[in-house]
Amino acid sequence: MSSNKKYWKSVEELNQNSSIVKRLQQNEFVEEIPIDKFLGDKETLESSSTTRRDFLKYVGFTTAAASIAACEGPVIKSIPYVVQPDEIVPGVANYYASSIADGFDFANILVKTREGRPIKIDRNELSKNNGSVNARVHASVLSLYDSNRLQDPLISGEVVTWEDFDKKVTNKMIDMAGKDVVLLTQTFASPSTSRLIKEFTEKYPNVRHVIYDTVSSSEALDAFNNKYGVRALADYDFSKAEVIVSIGADLLGDWQGGGYDAGYAKGRVPKKGKMSYHIQFEANMSLSGANADNRIPVTPSQQSLILKALTGGSTSGLPEDIAKAVSKAKAQLNKAGNKGVLITGLPNVNAQTRALTYNESVGSIVIDIAKPKMVRKGNTTEVLNVLNGVISGSVKGLITVGVDPVYSFPNSDAFAKGYSSLEMSLAFSMKKDATASLAKMVAATPHYLESWGDTQIKKGTFGLMQPTINPLFNTRQFQDSLLKWTGNPKSYYDYIKETWTTTILNGASWNQTLHDGVLVSDTEIETYETTLIGEGSNESSTSNSALSTSSKEIGLELTLYTKISMGDGQQANNPWLQEMPDPITRASWDNYLTISEADANELDLALPLSGGLFEETRNSANGGLNGKYCNVRLGDVVIENVPVLIQPGQAKGSVGLALGYGKTASVQQEMQTGVNAYLLYQNFSSVQNVTLEKASGIHKFACVQLHNTMMGRDIIRETTLEIFNTKDADVWNEIPMVSKDHKMIKVTDSGANLWSSFDHSIGHHFNLSIDLSACTGCGACVIACHSENNVPVVGKLEVRKSRDMHWLRIDRYYSSEESFSGDFEKKENISGLDSTLSQYKEMERASANPQVAFQPVMCQHCNHAPCETVCPVSATSHGRQGQNQMAYNRCVGTRYCANNCPYKVRRFNWFLYAQNDEFDYHMNNDLGRMVLNPDVVVRSRGVMEKCSMCIQKTQKTILDAKRDGRTVKDGEFQTACSKACDKGAIVFGDINDHDSKVFKLKKNNRVYRLLEEVGTKPNVFYHVKVRNIKEG
Amino acid sequence: MLALLLTISNVINAQDEIAKVVASTENEDVIKAGKALFNANCAACHKLDKKATGPALRGKADKYDREWLYKWINNSQGLIKSGDAKAITIFEENNMSIMTSFPQLSHTDIDNILAYTSQPKPEPIIIESSIAEGGSGESGVSNNIILAALALVFLLLVVMLVLVNKTLRGIAIASGVEYEVKSRTPIWKVFVQNQFLVLVSTIFLLLIGGYFMFGFLMQIGVNQGYSPVQPIHFSHKIHAGDNQIDCNYCHSSARKSKTSGIPSLNVCMNCHKNISDYNGEENLAEGYTLDFYNGEIAKLYDAVGWDVDQQVYTGEEKPVKWIRIHNLPDFAYFNHSQHVTVAGVDCQKCHGPVEEMEILEQFVPLTMGWCINCHRETNVNMKDNEYYKKIHDELSKKYGVEQITAAQFGGIECGKCHY
Repeated sequence: MSSNKKYWKSVEELNQNSSIVKRLQQNEFVEEIPIDKFLGDKETLESSSTTRRDFLKYVGFTTAAASIAACEGPVIKSIPYVVQPDEIVPGVANYYASSIADGFDFANILVKTREGRPIKIDRNELSKNNGSVNARVHASVLSLYDSNRLQDPLISGEVVTWEDFDKKVTNKMIDMAGKDVVLLTQTFASPSTSRLIKEFTEKYPNVRHVIYDTVSSSEALDAFNNKYGVRALADYDFSKAEVIVSIGADLLGDWQGGGYDAGYAKGRVPKKGKMSYHIQFEANMSLSGANADNRIPVTPSQQSLILKALTGGSTSGLPEDIAKAVSKAKAQLNKAGNKGVLITGLPNVNAQTRALTYNESVGSIVIDIAKPKMVRKGNTTEVLNVLNGVISGSVKGLITVGVDPVYSFPNSDAFAKGYSSLEMSLAFSMKKDATASLAKMVAATPHYLESWGDTQIKKGTFGLMQPTINPLFNTRQFQDSLLKWTGNPKSYYDYIKETWTTTILNGASWNQTLHDGVLVSDTEIETYETTLIGEGSNESSTSNSALSTSSKEIGLELTLYTKISMGDGQQANNPWLQEMPDPITRASWDNYLTISEADANELDLALPLSGGLFEETRNSANGGLNGKYCNVRLGDVVIENVPVLIQPGQAKGSVGLALGYGKTASVQQEMQTGVNAYLLYQNFSSVQNVTLEKASGIHKFACVQLHNTMMGRDIIRETTLEIFNTKDADVWNEIPMVSKDHKMIKVTDSGANLWSSFDHSIGHHFNLSIDLSACTGCGACVIACHSENNVPVVGKLEVRKSRDMHWLRIDRYYSSEESFSGDFEKKENISGLDSTLSQYKEMERASANPQVAFQPVMCQHCNHAPCETVCPVSATSHGRQGQNQMAYNRCVGTRYCANNCPYKVRRFNWFLYAQNDEFDYHMNNDLGRMVLNPDVVVRSRGVMEKCSMCIQKTQKTILDAKRDGRTVKDGEFQTACSKACDKGAIVFGDINDHDSKVFKLKKNNRVYRLLEEVGTKPNVFYHVKVRNIKEG
Repeated sequence: MLALLLTISNVINAQDEIAKVVASTENEDVIKAGKALFNANCAACHKLDKKATGPALRGKADKYDREWLYKWINNSQGLIKSGDAKAITIFEENNMSIMTSFPQLSHTDIDNILAYTSQPKPEPIIIESSIAEGGSGESGVSNNIILAALALVFLLLVVMLVLVNKTLRGIAIASGVEYEVKSRTPIWKVFVQNQFLVLVSTIFLLLIGGYFMFGFLMQIGVNQGYSPVQPIHFSHKIHAGDNQIDCNYCHSSARKSKTSGIPSLNVCMNCHKNISDYNGEENLAEGYTLDFYNGEIAKLYDAVGWDVDQQVYTGEEKPVKWIRIHNLPDFAYFNHSQHVTVAGVDCQKCHGPVEEMEILEQFVPLTMGWCINCHRETNVNMKDNEYYKKIHDELSKKYGVEQITAAQFGGIECGKCHY
């Protein structure tokens, strides 16, 4: 019997005559839905002849029509050259040797061009230890295709022809006769330009030439000048060093022009039981500190005490533990004798002199005084004169070349005011930057890849710069303008050739030199740069109150630094560099105040690690890093809303802030990131005393690494030199054990294998070797990978959502104890539930002065790849050459592979990044797309991508060999990252070639594989990092 | 009688002809020799009726003194330097371009050449175009006629059948013969009532539909047979077929690059600087007359900025916007030099008989299946290539074969073409 129960929906139903009940029987809703409100006017709706059915018909028809029309292929035009240049074969790359000398980065490079477009920068391997091809240099090719570049010369903001421009300028120069005109330039390190400027100042004697380095090394130059009579920088070869003591010198960063990391890395790989010992005293956590064997966080004022103590003074005034470290360092230096070196980054002539004197006194073989580096020339005293002269009005005219003083001078507001009212203001600039937008006359200059030039980066080593593309815009280089204005009919090319044939070449062939790009010659080149010898020794001009111990403790000591990505900020509009994560903080698209946890807590600048539902914590729910804001005050200057990032290893009482950010003029909206720290660069001294005030708001960082510690696991294996030298490999490099049939066996045993192996014995078998001892974390490989593989830029918001697309990342780990071995011990000793929970929690936090380790991670190209087995459409498969291949056109975007990858190296295209207004970076304009590598496909939305081990490069090498009918020589196989690594940390090659370097490296006892216990059998292997830790 | 007369007159005429021929053979030999010498030595810079690098040569023999011509041809620069007025004028008239000296030509040779250049210009042959048109149209019309005739016959049959039926019924009614009219259920109703049949036929229809749908979808983006009209009617048949120009002459980058390269116009001008007139076969049916071809050559001159009258480049270049025929998608990497230089594959293997194509078309489907098929079937050409030596030995041992296919060599791995 079915139930006759009646269910009431509401009390209303009891009332028989309820209108609501009746209405509800017919209508779904009690009240009429106000359709008119969202459909518009009722009358027009009714009078419309289109009924709903018609509408659906139209929709159906148009959809069908559109889809049928889409089946028709588009007509594609192919337009060949009318007259094809001899050297261009479409589809074949040409390489040109050239040089970069932008005032901040100096290096000899090799430019890869396709169909006349430069697409990639490589190292010039003919150039030995000469300049550093760092991440910025690799990225500079994209700055060539910057759509914000100046396209024509301007006079009062109007576009003019070069003829008119020349007329106006020469007239103006005649008007200015007798008045003080300053030619403010970057450092060129160029013999020809230096000769040319001399000719120019001879013709116009009222012009004085002042060199301005945006980031100054003036004190080091002064010290060297006073001591050796040459305004240059001592060169160092750290590969010869046994003991390196650095006091605030970021020798792996941009210290004194940079470029020391390759030599340094050579000394870090243990050879015959020996490697260099590196002690770093510093305030900010720098790359050098991260790589040092012993890092002691000290404030800048302590640094000068330490320097004094190391060079003959006493350790009085220093805290006990630091004093102990100093005497240890001193003992080490003494032991090393002439194989020790002492360097300092303190912006102080006395300090620099002390270091030089020390190195001289021990006869250090690391330092090279005979052939110093010429990459910085600026003199702070002179620049300050100009700065004050423009403000006071005593300087009447200013010609700027390659520098942007309105942006980078500390008192930029006052300077800008003085600058706008100058009688003559002429800016040579690639962009309408802050200076150029105020200048009355703007000469548009070409990018260095469109220019001729020469360099003398190190005394006696000369380089040539040659154009690799016709100028994209109506630009003319500075030197050609000077030649015009001095009445010289020569082109700058002829002028360089003249300089070289008369002085430098010494009978060597010009064509061969141009082909090689570099020439080592003993020629002495006269440099005409005026120097104020004597004045430089005056310490008062540059010394800072922060350096004297007597300064009263106000606020915190700020050390201004440059990031490996942004440098001095001239490439601020370069999305590759914006998106490149800082090697230490792993944050991109920002600069920030780095502060120690203790100071942050004291000043209430730290966000809590965990909190209530509505409380802001250090990490958002999606993991994104948050920080508070603060206002940084230095005298009258206040920078508001500087994001605060808590930096493990930051010396207590010190803060750090990167220069080069906060640029707005000629920078695209998305890339106007960070704050302008040059405002704090008073007297061009990188050390300042500042006070902080808490500001409101929460800053959202775009940080790519959110888990900072290894929790005692052996993701990065390391050992000490002592253990490495004395113990067997299985002590410090144990093969992981797995359980089979309740017995522990080695993971390398055949029994531990579930899968049948691929046969790699025939043909090539590619392997990539990464030496963690040699890797300094510089990130040149990251940008090289970007430019080789058309990796898209996703922007700050997407990076924050962990959707960054880097195929190659450099993981940075902090230890949560004093050292990583401490972490390991702690983990081993955990027992019981309580301690498990609490101690693991503790291990997530980095220690106050942690050990740091770097690890480049790209696709590991597993021989038993977990990604391959889960792909439902076989889009990813294994190649017999060892590469894990990814067929983008086959991928349907299930992302199973990324989820099954233990290394998290697969990247998903959440959006279409090319030709999409939402991602307005280089792939979204015609100019920027010229940098794309035509041999690598630009991936579309919904597709997984990852490192391909540069299969386009290996395939090309194989094809070249086949075509020539020869075998492949070792060293021919390269990936973008291995080619970019000048430290030899990344080596690529064919292990079936038993004479190859990579085969030998694979036999090394330091070899291990990442997460080997998973059994993925990767084709990428790492070398155990060896630290030179000395007890006692 | 009349016939006999005609025959005799014919014979007489023929004899006359023979006499003429005998007389002219000697002359013809001279002209033939002259032509050969002209083509070998002079044709690079001179034409008979048109200015090329040098002036047109027809009739020049009459204009100048024979001895002077010997000197000029044997050593023109010497003549100019000696201050000969005529020589200097000619030199200046022709943009001061220096004529190569031909000391190797004897006087007889020069006489032969001059004999050839002194020939009168042949009258252009005008062919009655109506005849040609009639000829070509014939087959098309006849097909249609046959079809129409067949249709007419068929229609007639139907009409006759109906008429016969009607007449018979009329007769039957008239004669009172009763014929049974069965009220049968229509066949479609029977069909609908039979559920099994409905089911089977639905499945059948779906399968058929699926089959055709699949076929339709699979040919999307496959452009086999695509032969667009190009901005300049370039005939591969004339160049590669009639004139036997090697493919690599124009598509030179096929040997060393991933692209075969569309030749730049300066490559065309290597030959067309001298060849401004087409004088090969015509295809009147398609409208490919001599004038048509000459017009196309003129288009080339226009694009490259070549002034035919002045024989100079004007510098006004208009790049030709060719329409691309063979177009692989961006995600597929193909390298010509791998196939042309390393493997030694004939161009025709993928591009078809290009030398017979008046208008180029895509001969093959260029689908992945097509690529892979070939890689499965083709043996890798490893002979005399140091690169393959070791690999070949090892691979042939592994597979137990002497010849290794591209597929066995790893030529069908995804990553070899997709990156």
